[in-house]
Amino acid sequence: MDTDWSVIFDFLPQLVEGAKTTIYITIIGLVGGSLLGTLAGVMRAYGGRILNAIAFTYIELIRGTPIVVQVMFVYFALPVLVDIRIDPMSAAILAIIVNAGAYIAEIVRGAFLSISKGLTEAGLAIGLPHWKVLVYIIGPLAFRRLIPPLGNQFIVSLKDTSLFIVIGVGELTRTGQEIMAANFRAVEIWTAVAIFYLIMTGTLTLILRILEKRMKIL
Amino acid sequence: MSIIQFIKTSKYFGPLKVLHEVDLSINAGEVVVLVGPSGSGKSTLLRCINGLESITSGDLIVDGISVTEGAKKLREIRQEAGMVFQQFNLFPQLTALENVAFGPQKVRGLSKTEAHKQALALLAKVGLEEKEAHYPAELSGGQQQRVAIARALAVKPKVMLFDEPTSALDPELKQEVLNVMRQLAEEHMTMVVVTHEMAFAKQVGSRLIFMEHGKIAVDGRPSDVIDNPPNDRMKDFLQHVE
Repeated sequence: MDTDWSVIFDFLPQLVEGAKTTIYITIIGLVGGSLLGTLAGVMRAYGGRILNAIAFTYIELIRGTPIVVQVMFVYFALPVLVDIRIDPMSAAILAIIVNAGAYIAEIVRGAFLSISKGLTEAGLAIGLPHWKVLVYIIGPLAFRRLIPPLGNQFIVSLKDTSLFIVIGVGELTRTGQEIMAANFRAVEIWTAVAIFYLIMTGTLTLILRILEKRMKIL
Repeated sequence: MSIIQFIKTSKYFGPLKVLHEVDLSINAGEVVVLVGPSGSGKSTLLRCINGLESITSGDLIVDGISVTEGAKKLREIRQEAGMVFQQFNLFPQLTALENVAFGPQKVRGLSKTEAHKQALALLAKVGLEEKEAHYPAELSGGQQQRVAIARALAVKPKVMLFDEPTSALDPELKQEVLNVMRQLAEEHMTMVVVTHEMAFAKQVGSRLIFMEHGKIAVDGRPSDVIDNPPNDRMKDFLQHVE
């Protein structure tokens, strides 16, 4: 079996396009997922019985099912159920938002609840309303503790975009698959795809590490 | 004129009765020392005053406002009743100065400049103006507790509540905190102090309350009741504390 690494360079522009799609889905998905997750996490930690139950149901539904099933559901089942046509890209982004949101919710809840109750009491004792204590005191402290587990989830979500191959989104893995189908250069192409993922996750890790250092984790 | 008034106040934690129909009236300018064995309800009694614990029945009036009047009124009470905790509970992401200025800025709505000016004066009062830029982690326990006292004073309360303020401190650090408290008492601040420091109770306290099983068992002048405990349980307790 002979390998010819130069074929990678022939397909580099295509792979870069695929990586761009991966990054696009990841960024929008994670921004949305972080917002949704923060909301659901705060609902779990501080919401009354009803808000807590809503967030809990959402988290359990999503954590209890595979992301492939979720994206299949959004892309194939949702149009049948409610008659909305969704393009593959939107289905992919929606799947990442909803999926990452559920995991981030638990991370956010854990981070908020890990901050000493005494600090909340100290804030309340000087006459602040509870929401201000959360926004000014507990939130910033929780955010610092959030970064390491959040980084983990970001990397998982980035790699999960490869599963959208099942609905035909032209992300990095799908691009690799297509090139491979044409020239059967499995070793070269999958090595190149893997390296692309490593570069993306490595960059993410680096950004998070810088952020973590800046925030001086308490 | 009483500034804090418990009226048949009871407090349950689930089925456990922690306060048992307490009647107690505290006047402005008094320094009330609360003592008693653990589980006697002294900390709960203190925490009910600023609503960190809600009362189950009866009433509790602080500066003319009942603690049962809802969240907004409770915040008014909390601005009148500053609290100092056993574990200091300083905000770790803020400097000493920012900790003290935080309340005036976020609660009283002062400008940053004005709040910092006042905070610096308060840090000077507790002898820590040179530590203004330090974070809590960079201060000793005694220094942290003095900053915590300044933080509570910054909201300009009429009453100061102390929940075992020296229990987490080494003996040599206790004194610097007790000195600040003594100074406050000399300025006629109304104070309610949960503590095991009997020497402080005797020197600074104007009234000593011994609690047992959620009830006030003894209420009198510190020097009288410490030297001549009116009941055996208190006598026993004092022997263990000294």
